[in-house]
Amino acid sequence: MSNPQHLRYSKEHEWLSNAEDGVSTVGITEYAASALGDVVYAQLPEVGSTVTAGETCGELESTKSVSDLYAPVTGEITETNEDVVNDPSLVNSAPFEGGWLFKVRVSEEPDDLLSADEYTEFSGN
Amino acid sequence: MSDTPQTSSPTTSQSAAQSAATGRSATAPRRTALDALHRSLGATMTDFAGWDMPLRYGSERDEHNAVRTRAGLFDLSHMGEFTVTGRAAPSFLDSALVGNIGSIAVGRARYTMICAEDGGILDDLIVYRTAESEYMIVANASNAQTVLDALNERTGDFDAEVRDDREAYALLAIQGPESSGVLASVTDADLDGLKYYAGLPGTVAGVSALIARTGYTGEDGFELFVAPGDAEPLWRALTEAGAEAGLVPCGLACRDTLRLEAGMPLYGHELTAGLTPFDAGLGRVVKFDKPGNGGRFVGREALAEAAERAAGNPPRKLVGLIAEGRRVPRAGYPVVAKGEVIGEVTSGAPSPTLGKPIAMAYVDTAYAEPGTAGVGVDIRGSHEPYEVVALPFYKRQK
Repeated sequence: MSNPQHLRYSKEHEWLSNAEDGVSTVGITEYAASALGDVVYAQLPEVGSTVTAGETCGELESTKSVSDLYAPVTGEITETNEDVVNDPSLVNSAPFEGGWLFKVRVSEEPDDLLSADEYTEFSGN
Repeated sequence: MSDTPQTSSPTTSQSAAQSAATGRSATAPRRTALDALHRSLGATMTDFAGWDMPLRYGSERDEHNAVRTRAGLFDLSHMGEFTVTGRAAPSFLDSALVGNIGSIAVGRARYTMICAEDGGILDDLIVYRTAESEYMIVANASNAQTVLDALNERTGDFDAEVRDDREAYALLAIQGPESSGVLASVTDADLDGLKYYAGLPGTVAGVSALIARTGYTGEDGFELFVAPGDAEPLWRALTEAGAEAGLVPCGLACRDTLRLEAGMPLYGHELTAGLTPFDAGLGRVVKFDKPGNGGRFVGREALAEAAERAAGNPPRKLVGLIAEGRRVPRAGYPVVAKGEVIGEVTSGAPSPTLGKPIAMAYVDTAYAEPGTAGVGVDIRGSHEPYEVVALPFYKRQK
C-alpha cells in the first residue's frame, strides 16, 4: 500500500487534504482501514459542529472492534460523506478516495502532522 | 483513530497483524504447523488463547459469505485434543463428563460438556469414539489445560488413560455447501456414508486423517485431524481441489460470525464456569439416566438442582437479538427495557447473512419471549432498539 504524497497525516492514522478555499477533506489511511477490518458503521461529526484537533469527533465500527475517530485539525464541519454512512465498506475499498469521511473549514492546524514519507515510516507501512 | 479498551489498538502496535479483539498472553505465542503458509497468504494474525492464529486473509465478510455459499478452509490447530484409552474408558468418561459417553457408537461424535462439582461449565467438548475403548476429546484452546487437569484428576481407579495429543495433531476444517464435493475429489473415503457428527479414519490427498463431519459454522463441513507435518500438503491440496468451487482460506473472525448466526455458544461468552448447562439453555446435554457408574458423575447433585430451577422459573434466558438500527452490540453491553438493565450481551457482531447487527444475550425471563417489545441494548450510552428472537438466527436448508 502507498500513502499519497499530496496528503498529510496524523498519528491517529487520519489523512488530511490541502485546503481548498480553507476547506480540507479528512479520511482514515489504508493502513488504518486494513487494521480495522470490514467497517460496518460510521458515526461522523455533524455538519456545522466544531471539532478540535486531537479530540474524538465520531467512531468507526468494524466486525471486531469500535474505534474512535479523531479530528486531525480544529475547525467547523462543512460536509460529511453520506455515501460512507450508507455503505461503510467504502472506507475499506477506497480509503483515500470515495471513502473520505468529512470536510472541515480549518481554523487551526496542530504542528505535528506528518508528510507521506514520515507517516509511512511511523506506521511501518 | 483509536480503539476502545475492549480491543487492542492499531495505534499502539507495530503492525496491523496485531490488531484484533482477542486476549493476549504473557508468553510468546505458539504457532501452528501452517504458520508460514498463513503469512505467505498475507493473513492478519491475532493472538488467540496463546496461539498466533489467522484472523482474516482479506475481508472477513467475504470469507463468511464464502462459507455460507461455497466453501472455506480453516486452520483450527489451536484446539486441544486428548485421547482416552483403556478398558474402562467409556465408564470413566461417563463419570468425568455430563453426557452419556458410553452410548456413543464407534465412529460417531457427540457434543458434551465437562462440569465442576458445583455444576459450572469448565468447557464444552466434542467427543469422538474412535474404537471400542478409545475416544478423542476436543477442547477449546483456552480451556485445554483445565480440561486435561480435570480428566487426570478424575481418572481415579478407572482402568483408563488420558493422553495429551495436542502436539500430535493439526486440525483443518473445510466448511460450506461445496465442502463435501471438494473433499470427495481428494479422498476415497465414503463421505456419503459419513453422517453429521460422525468421524472415520481415512486418507485425504495422500495424508492419513481422522475425517469428521463436524463444524462450528452452521454449514455442512468436515474437520480433518492430521499429523502436523501433513498439514501444509493437505492445505495446499484442498486449496487446489477447491479452486473451481470458490473455496477460500478463512480466519477466526468469520468463524465467530458464522457460529453466532448459527446460535452456537462460545466458551467465555455464552458459557462460563459461573453457569450450568441449564442456565445456558443446553440442559439436554446432561444425562442423569446414563447406565455407567450407577449414574454418578462429577457435578450430578448440583446439576440436578439446576435442572429443577430451570424447569421452574429461571431468572434469565439466552436469547437472540436483532438490531433495528446499525450499531453493533458487543459482549458485556447491558440489555435494557424501560430504562432498567434486564440482561447482558454475551456475543455481538454485524451479521453478513442478515445484513444487520445481531447478538446473543442473557435476559430476564420476563423479556425472553420472541417478539417482546421495548427491549434495547445500551451501546456506549445510547439505548438502541433490538428485536428479541429465538436462536438460531440462521439455519441452512438441508
